[in-house]
This record gives sequence, structure tokens and C-alpha cells, in this order.
Amino acid sequence: MRPRSRLDEPAQAAAYPGRVLTIDEEIRAKIVAHARRDHPDEACGIVAGSAGTDRPTRFVAMTNAERSPTFFRFDSTEQLTVWREMDDLDEVPVVIYHSHTATPAYPSRTDIGLAAEPDAHYVLVSTTECGNDEGPTEFRSFRIVDGVVTEEEVEVTSHGS
Amino acid sequence: MAVEVRIPTILRTYTGGAKAVDGSGSTLSEVIESVESGNPGIKDRLIDGGDIRRFINVYVNDEDVRFLAGLETPIDDGDVVVMLPAVAGG
Repeated sequence: MRPRSRLDEPAQAAAYPGRVLTIDEEIRAKIVAHARRDHPDEACGIVAGSAGTDRPTRFVAMTNAERSPTFFRFDSTEQLTVWREMDDLDEVPVVIYHSHTATPAYPSRTDIGLAAEPDAHYVLVSTTECGNDEGPTEFRSFRIVDGVVTEEEVEVTSHGS
Repeated sequence: MAVEVRIPTILRTYTGGAKAVDGSGSTLSEVIESVESGNPGIKDRLIDGGDIRRFINVYVNDEDVRFLAGLETPIDDGDVVVMLPAVAGG
């Protein structure tokens, strides 16, 4: 029923590695910069990619309609616009990211309860240490399927590779 | 009134995988009832306690129905109803 089962099939394993997020350094930097800029509020957004590739290529920062240090929600009208663009381009939200500004980069109970995209890589960034400035950030990626969180490796590639 | 209702990935288990189904009714509430009759179980994922679930977004012709009349939003022939799970967390 769920795409998760595809991971068990070797024929699909190449198209959907699943247990690793491969992301370009430039896009990773954009996510971190957004998280720092919006600190102490949570930042959120997606990185779209062509369906079936599992490669995040188009960075889209979203508005956190809650403007809150403890909660985020995509602005609903903006979400519809972005989701329609993805439909038109045959893209999917490969990465859904948000920041935690006072806690580690690990999905909260709310994050787990509301996760609705079993195919997405849920990226968490923590700005607890750095705030708005340069400094250490945590950047981690997870699958969240039916309430089960599985951390995955993050493989950062340099531009164009 | 006949309308197209677009179904998000996570609810397509109720529609046999279909991305869109036909609905009918003069209000959003009636449209959801009509979708439920062909796809049993889906209504419960959309509505709780007589209102649209907090983390489901429903749009009629691109307008979030929270800014219209919610479940009582009037529906005209040819309208498009889109449902999306909110992307949210803490």
C-alpha cells in the first residue's frame, strides 16, 4: 500500500535509494541560511525535484503562517500555488524542511503526527547554537511514515556533480 | 452541480489511486458527502466534529474555504475542489 514497500524490491532500489538524502551543497546552504534568517521563528520550505528521481533541485522557501518559535505551517494559499507548479513541472516535494530554534534537529511529536508525505525527506535544521549568526547548525534528514521516524544519511555533493 | 475533486496522495487509498474524482452538490458539505458515497471512509479523514479537520486544506477555485464559508461554501457547476494536507509541525 505504501511506497515504503518499494524499498524492499531491488529493481526499485536504484530509483529510490530511500535511506540517504543526496543534496547539493548550494541547496543545503540555502536551507541553513533561511533557518538563520528567520530565527527565533521556525523557517520552513521545500526542495522540489523531478518525480521519480529522488533528487532535490528547486529550492522554495515558504512562509511560516504561524510566525512562531515553536510551530510552523505553510501558508495555505502559497502551498496551493507551489503544489500546482510542481504538478505542472511533474515535480514532487523531495525535501520538506523546517527549523527548530531551541531544540535539536529531531522530529517533534507534532512533526511526526502531522507528517503527510511518506515519500519526502524531512529535513530538520537546528539553529539553537547559532541563532541568526554564522556558527554550528545541525542538519539532519528523516523519513516519517505512519508515525515511524527513520533517520537517514545526508550526502552533500558539490555543485554540478 | 458537478465538480472535480482533487485528492492528495495520502488519501488516494480511498479512491483506488485516483488523483481526482467527480462530486456533486450545491455546497462543499454536499460535495464531500457525494465523494464519501463512492469512496467510503474518506469523509472521516476530512471532517471532524462537523468541521474541516484543522490540518486539511480545502480550496474551491483556488480559495481556501476557511476564508469563504467553510463547509457551507456554495458550489457551482464546473468548480474545482482541491484538498491538500497542510504541511505543519512544531
